[in-house]
Amino acid sequence: MGAELKNYLHEQYYFKLRLGVAGLFFISLFALLAFRFYYLQIDQYTHYQTLAENNRISLVPTVPNRGLILDKNGVVFAHNFFVYTLEITPAKVANLENTIAELSQLIEISSLDRKRFKKFREQSHSFESAPIRTHLNEVEAAKFAVNHYRFPGVEIKSRLFRHYPLGKLGAHMVGYIGRINDKDIDQLKQEGVFSNYKGSDHIGKSGIEQFYEQQLHGITGFQQVEIDADGHAVRVLSSNAPIPGDNIILSADSKLQEIGEQAFGNRRGAMVAINPKTGEVLAYVSQPAFDPNLFVDGIDSENWKMLNESIDKPLINRPLRGIYPPGSTFKPFVALAGLEAGKRAPPFAITDPGFFSLPGSSHRYRDWKPSGHGYVDIQKAITISCDTFFYGLAMELGIEKLTAFVRHFGFGRKSDIDIKGEIEGLLPTPEWKQRRFKQPWYPGETVIVGIGQGYTLVTPLQLAQATAILANNGVAMKPRLVNRIENALTGKQVNMPALVQDQIALDPKNIDIVKRGMIDVTLPGGTAASVGANASYSIAAKTGTAQVIGIRQNEKYNEHAINERHRDHALFIAYAPAEDPTIALSVIVENGGHGGSAAGPIARKVMDYYLLGKLPAQEVVSNNAQAAVTEPPEEELHD
Amino acid sequence: MINRLFHQLFKHIDSFLMVCLFFALLLSLFVLYSASGQNFSRVYAQGVNMLIALGAMWIVANISPQNLERAARPLYALGLALLVAVALFGVISHGARRWLNLGFMQIQPSELMRIAAPMMIAWYFATRDGKPKASHFVIAGIMLAIPVALIMKQPDLGTSLLIASSGFYVLFLAGLSWRFLLGAGVSLLALAPVFWSLLHDYQRRRIEMLFDPSQDPLGAGYHTIQSIIAIGSGGAAGKGWLNGTQTQLDFLPERTTDFIFAVFSEEFGFLGNMLLLSLFSLIIIRGLVIASQAQNTFCRLLAGSITLNFFSYAFVNMGMVSGILPVVGVPLPLISYGGTSMLTLCVGFGILMSIHTHKKLVAT
Repeated sequence: MGAELKNYLHEQYYFKLRLGVAGLFFISLFALLAFRFYYLQIDQYTHYQTLAENNRISLVPTVPNRGLILDKNGVVFAHNFFVYTLEITPAKVANLENTIAELSQLIEISSLDRKRFKKFREQSHSFESAPIRTHLNEVEAAKFAVNHYRFPGVEIKSRLFRHYPLGKLGAHMVGYIGRINDKDIDQLKQEGVFSNYKGSDHIGKSGIEQFYEQQLHGITGFQQVEIDADGHAVRVLSSNAPIPGDNIILSADSKLQEIGEQAFGNRRGAMVAINPKTGEVLAYVSQPAFDPNLFVDGIDSENWKMLNESIDKPLINRPLRGIYPPGSTFKPFVALAGLEAGKRAPPFAITDPGFFSLPGSSHRYRDWKPSGHGYVDIQKAITISCDTFFYGLAMELGIEKLTAFVRHFGFGRKSDIDIKGEIEGLLPTPEWKQRRFKQPWYPGETVIVGIGQGYTLVTPLQLAQATAILANNGVAMKPRLVNRIENALTGKQVNMPALVQDQIALDPKNIDIVKRGMIDVTLPGGTAASVGANASYSIAAKTGTAQVIGIRQNEKYNEHAINERHRDHALFIAYAPAEDPTIALSVIVENGGHGGSAAGPIARKVMDYYLLGKLPAQEVVSNNAQAAVTEPPEEELHD
Repeated sequence: MINRLFHQLFKHIDSFLMVCLFFALLLSLFVLYSASGQNFSRVYAQGVNMLIALGAMWIVANISPQNLERAARPLYALGLALLVAVALFGVISHGARRWLNLGFMQIQPSELMRIAAPMMIAWYFATRDGKPKASHFVIAGIMLAIPVALIMKQPDLGTSLLIASSGFYVLFLAGLSWRFLLGAGVSLLALAPVFWSLLHDYQRRRIEMLFDPSQDPLGAGYHTIQSIIAIGSGGAAGKGWLNGTQTQLDFLPERTTDFIFAVFSEEFGFLGNMLLLSLFSLIIIRGLVIASQAQNTFCRLLAGSITLNFFSYAFVNMGMVSGILPVVGVPLPLISYGGTSMLTLCVGFGILMSIHTHKKLVAT
């Protein structure tokens, strides 16, 4: 009994010992938990607090309304409007194909819609909704609403669409917006404004839409929204209203623009009109044009192919990126270069035999008038566009001096206009030729630069700007498409300042000579007499013709015998009223033939409307115009 | 008269344990209300579960330890039979075969084993004479290994490990030699790679996630990341009842069951956690006291095992929710929603109470 009791006590002792060990085990593990809680809840509290907040709070961007683009009289070039869209959230739809097939039985869905949807989807996340149909009418919207229950993951939304009510009119100037792509994102990040584009789908891709993107876009607002784990908004915690983009008011007048564009008919070309005193661009024509509305939603491949592969190249922004030899429109600037260099000042004159030859060479640089112009001084040389006179002048000036001078008028460099993509054109120099072709400069090449041929290339914008500078007596105003910017909320308008870019020191006497030569161009006996006919204001102008293909020496140019696309480009520069110019312009009609007859009438219509408010008469085929003094093609470029 | 009736009715109920249980269960209802998104029917259902469980506890508390000891073998045999039946005819749900369809209800035999296995082993040691020999431990080990293996096959790693641990507690309290424990510890470590290879992919992933939950933040690591955020963001005093953002906005998974502790932690903070740990500690300490005062080997071993098993559940659950243990499907005792585990727990407490309140009767 005693042993058993002893045994019992012994056993109890050991059991309690073991129990004590287990108790220590439990206390130490609970202590471990307590430390863990301390670490998470006290030590790392801020960290986890932040994580929880990030979990629950989502910033939902509120996209601002894009600013409008208006002409100077308030006519709308670009605006926004809400349209009903039928949208599918791919992540919420089990079988996308079936859903679309069923939807199409209810609401018309074209293959174009499907393509657009596909493209949209490729560019966005599967949990973002993408429109399968846009511009639903009310009947369609109601039809879907009734059947909504059959289509989980499909809903009607309203989206703000950019719309260009004038369509093709001014398309190259206004530009268009398109969906933001990866390149845009990189660019936005680089500019440090990417956060302002959260929620934005579109961005300006060209023209004003692109250049003034920052002003047009506005400032994105944010809503602090509490979300659940599925990302559904539960409630709005705070919100920050978006600030709508500014309205952009152009210098151009939509009516003038329309007149300019219509004057081209179905011909290709460009026209830029500038107010020489302010630099305002009054009209900016590039023909043919395209409908910018096609691009807003992502252009479909057929339309893209049509536009991109068209032989007429409607997508090219011709005023900015079209390069043409200036032809005879270059002559007034060459003349001024000569006068400023002290050469050819009246009463200097030549007797034009109809050609020019370099000393010691038998090669003849022919004048457009084979028989020659006879007695020609510098003013008359401009008026009748005497080639022989300018061959000799260019030769005497030398290529360096000539190009250095005309560069002041904006040739060979960017004009700094408020639109992107401008190209520089080309003012050739011996260094340039060495660099480009590894060849020396030949004197003959200087000769033809005198009449705007050879390597010389200008854009219509440069030509208009040069004309404006000349009209403004050497004061170069920065060309600008935008007149003023309006705050969409307050209506407060800020004028874009007229900036003097350059002030060329010119002798008024010399300017006067050149200008008088140009005024005579539109008077009887001038190369564009028809353009000036019956004008109630005086026009200073210069015609030009630029060759598209070379013709061999002694070969006769026959405009009817050659393909239309190989015909010469017609050029025309003008400003008016000549005494106190308020408009200066350049017109280029591709393959138009003669500057005076093809491009001149366009300029006249634009000036008539601008200066007199006169609408062009219905097109009457006038033989008189054809009968006026016109200018045959210039001499061949290279021997 | 009423006093006497009351006394008769509750003479086998341990008041200390009962008060602790009362607070824990009350807390459970509040947390559940918040965790279920203020779903009162959930709370009501859990209240019913609790009443059933407390009723079972009362019944078990009134059964004498001698009768419990007699029931050990049949219960164990029944448990084994049911586990085999599960393996053969069990209902598959969520990729595991854990349930047995009896036609009128579904039962989870592994829950029965949580009680039956330690009872069986405690009975076994209680019926051996003198100091337990090594062979006794081997036989007891086999008794334990069979149900553990069957449950592991279901697969239900969490429950099988916890049953293994409850059996192990009996062995430990019965005097398993320190030398063996050391040897077993070392060989377990050595065999770890073998176990690793035996684990299911999802089980392995859960263990991997423990070391780096950010590996797969939306997949396997999601539960842990979100629950740690919930706990950490609770801070010192918590976000307040019904104000846990992680909870109320659905970021927390399984928040009425296995992850309910994260809900509690987020809304009541570090202070709440300390209170809950204290409450659990009081229950465990009371259980250990009951074990130390128990009169015979069976009662001692069983009481100790039940108490330590309760601790294991609490620790494993809180450890997994706070990210120091892998995610295994173990509910937080007394707090998580669920009838079966509540029932098993309360039956365990009923056994503790029986052991404590019957001893005087036996002694005199």
